[in-house]
Amino acid sequence: MKLTPKDYQGMADKAAPSTKSYITIPSAFVIGGAICMLGQAIQTLYITMGLERDIASSSTSVTLILLSALLTGLQVYDKIARYGGAGTLVPITGFANAMVSPALEFKSEGLVLGLGVKLFTIAGPVIVYGTAAGFVYGLIIFFFRLY
Amino acid sequence: MEIFLEYLKTFLVGGAICAVGQVLIDYTKLTPARILVIFVVAGVVLGGLGLYQPLIDFAGAGATVPLTGFGALIAKGTMAAVRTDGLIGAISGGICAAGAGIGAAIIFGLIVALIFKPGDKM
Amino acid sequence: MPTKIGKYTTRLDTSPSLVSFASVVSKKEGEGPLAPYFDMICDDTSFGEQTWEKAESRMQKDAVSKALQKANLSSSNIDYIFAGDLLNQCISSSYGLRDLGVPFFGLYGACSTMAESLSLASLFVEASLCNTAVAVTSSHFCSAERQFRFPLEYGGSRAPTSQWTVTGSGAAVVGKQVSPPYVKHVCVGTIEDMGIKDINNMGAAMAPAAAATLSRFFEDTVTGPDNYDLVLTGDLGQVGSQLLDELLEREGYTLGKKHNDCGLMIYDRETQDVAAGGSGCGCSASVLCSYICQAIQAGRLRDVLFVATGALMSTTSVQQGESIPGIAHLVHLSSTPHKGGK
Repeated sequence: MKLTPKDYQGMADKAAPSTKSYITIPSAFVIGGAICMLGQAIQTLYITMGLERDIASSSTSVTLILLSALLTGLQVYDKIARYGGAGTLVPITGFANAMVSPALEFKSEGLVLGLGVKLFTIAGPVIVYGTAAGFVYGLIIFFFRLY
Repeated sequence: MEIFLEYLKTFLVGGAICAVGQVLIDYTKLTPARILVIFVVAGVVLGGLGLYQPLIDFAGAGATVPLTGFGALIAKGTMAAVRTDGLIGAISGGICAAGAGIGAAIIFGLIVALIFKPGDKM
Repeated sequence: MPTKIGKYTTRLDTSPSLVSFASVVSKKEGEGPLAPYFDMICDDTSFGEQTWEKAESRMQKDAVSKALQKANLSSSNIDYIFAGDLLNQCISSSYGLRDLGVPFFGLYGACSTMAESLSLASLFVEASLCNTAVAVTSSHFCSAERQFRFPLEYGGSRAPTSQWTVTGSGAAVVGKQVSPPYVKHVCVGTIEDMGIKDINNMGAAMAPAAAATLSRFFEDTVTGPDNYDLVLTGDLGQVGSQLLDELLEREGYTLGKKHNDCGLMIYDRETQDVAAGGSGCGCSASVLCSYICQAIQAGRLRDVLFVATGALMSTTSVQQGESIPGIAHLVHLSSTPHKGGK
C-alpha cells in the first residue's frame, strides 16, 4: 500500500518527542512574572522619585529595554531565554532582544545594510501591525464618534 | 503586606500572559515574530474595547510590561490623539504613544550593536 | 569501468580507494563521544577569523590541507575537487578553496552533499577521468543559524524535533585502488517529498528519501541490511531515524541494530542539549572522515552504507509555505575491493 503524505504526517507526529509543557509553561510563567515584578519595582522607584504615573510607566519600559539590550550584548539574554521561553519573549524585553540581536549579529554586513536594516527584521512586524491596528482603531472611533 | 499583595498580583498576571505565549509556542507552529505580532494586536484590540485598562489598574507592570500592554498603549494614544487632532490622530497617535519603547529599542540597539562583539552560542 | 546495475545503482568495478581523509571540528563536537577520532579540534569557533563565513571557509581549507598532507600529496596532484556547503551560493567552498588552483565543482545537496561529492569523485576516478579527486563539505553552526534561523543572541526557543548544526568539515581524497576503504557502489537518490512543512523537523522531511534510496539499493544489488555491518544515515537525527526504520519496515527491510545516524553519533544527546541530534553537511562529513573511515581501514567495520540525507528547502520556499523535499545519496564503502576488478 502506498504511503500518502497524510499518513506520513501522522507517522511524523507520532515519532516527534512531545514538548515538555509541564516544564515549559511553568517556567515561562515564573520568568515572565519575575520580569514584570522587576518592572513593577522600577516603576515604584520612579514614582517615589516623583515622576508622574504615565511618565514613570514609559520610563520603566525604557529601562527594561536598556537592560535587555545590555544583556543581549553580553549574550546573557539568550541563555535566560533557553529556560524562559515565552517568559522572555512576550515582555517588552523580548521585543528589545528581537531588535538588538540581529543588529549585533549582522554588523559584519556593514553599519547601514547590516546593522541598520537588520534592527527591524524580527521586531519590524510588531511595529507595522501595532501601528496598523492602532490606525484601524483610530478610524473606527473617529467615524463612529466614539471618542 | 499590601506591597506583597501588589507584587503577587503583578507576578500572577504577568506570568499568566507569558504562559499564554508558551501555550502558543508549544501547541501551534507559530514563529516567535508571529506570536509577538499577535500579542501587540491583541493589546490594541483589548485596549480599544476598554478591557485592558482594568487589568493595568489591577496588576500594574504585570499588564504593562508584556507586549499586550504595548498594544494597549497604542490604543490609548490613538484615542487621545483622535480627541485632540481628529482624523490625523488615527495615524500619529499609536506611534507617538509607542515612541518611547520603539525609540529606546532603536537607540539602545544601535549603541549595543556598535559596542559589543557578536559571539557564539554555547 | 563503472557498471550500471538495476535502475539506480552503479557498481565501481575498480573499487577506488579513499586514499586519505581528514576531519576538522570545533569545541562542541570536540566534547562529544567521537572526539578521539577527529584530526583537528579548534576550541575557538571563529577559527581566528573575523566572520562565521570566513571561519567555515577556513575549516574547509584546513580539512583539505590535512587530508592531502596525510596522503603526502599537494594540491597539484589533485585533478578535481568536489565541494559544497550550506551557505547561499556555496561561498564556504568557493572562498575556502579559491587559493588551491584545482579544477572545482561546487555542489549543493544540503546535508547530503558529502555523499554527493564522494559519489562524483569516486565515479570520476572509476571512469578514469582522473587519478585523484577530493570530496569535501562543511557546515558551521553560527553561519547556518544566522542564514536559516535567528541571530545567535536572539532568545528563541528550540523545538524538541530540531537539530543542531555541526561545526565541522570532512575531506576525502579518492584515488585508484590501493588500500581500504574502497568505494564499491554508489546509488544516487531522487528528490522525495512527503509534504512535511515543519522547518524544525528536518529529520521527518528527509527520512522518506533515505528509505527510497536504501530500498532501491537493496533491490538493485539483491542484498539486505544483514549483508552490511552498518547502515549509516547522514543526519536524520532521532525523529528521522525512527521514521526511517518504520518506512523500511513497510518495504520489508528490518534495519534494527545495523542502523546508526551521524547526527546521533556526533553529540551526547543526554548532556549536550542538541534536541534531536546534529545536522549540516559538516555532520556526515566529519563523522565519515574520522571514526567511520578509520574503522573500515582497521577492519573493525567491513561493509558500510553511507547514506547522507539532505533537506532541499530554502528560507524563501519555507516562507512561501512550500513543503520540504528531501534527498539521500548512498555510497557503499568496504574494507575489501570487488574481486578481479582492478
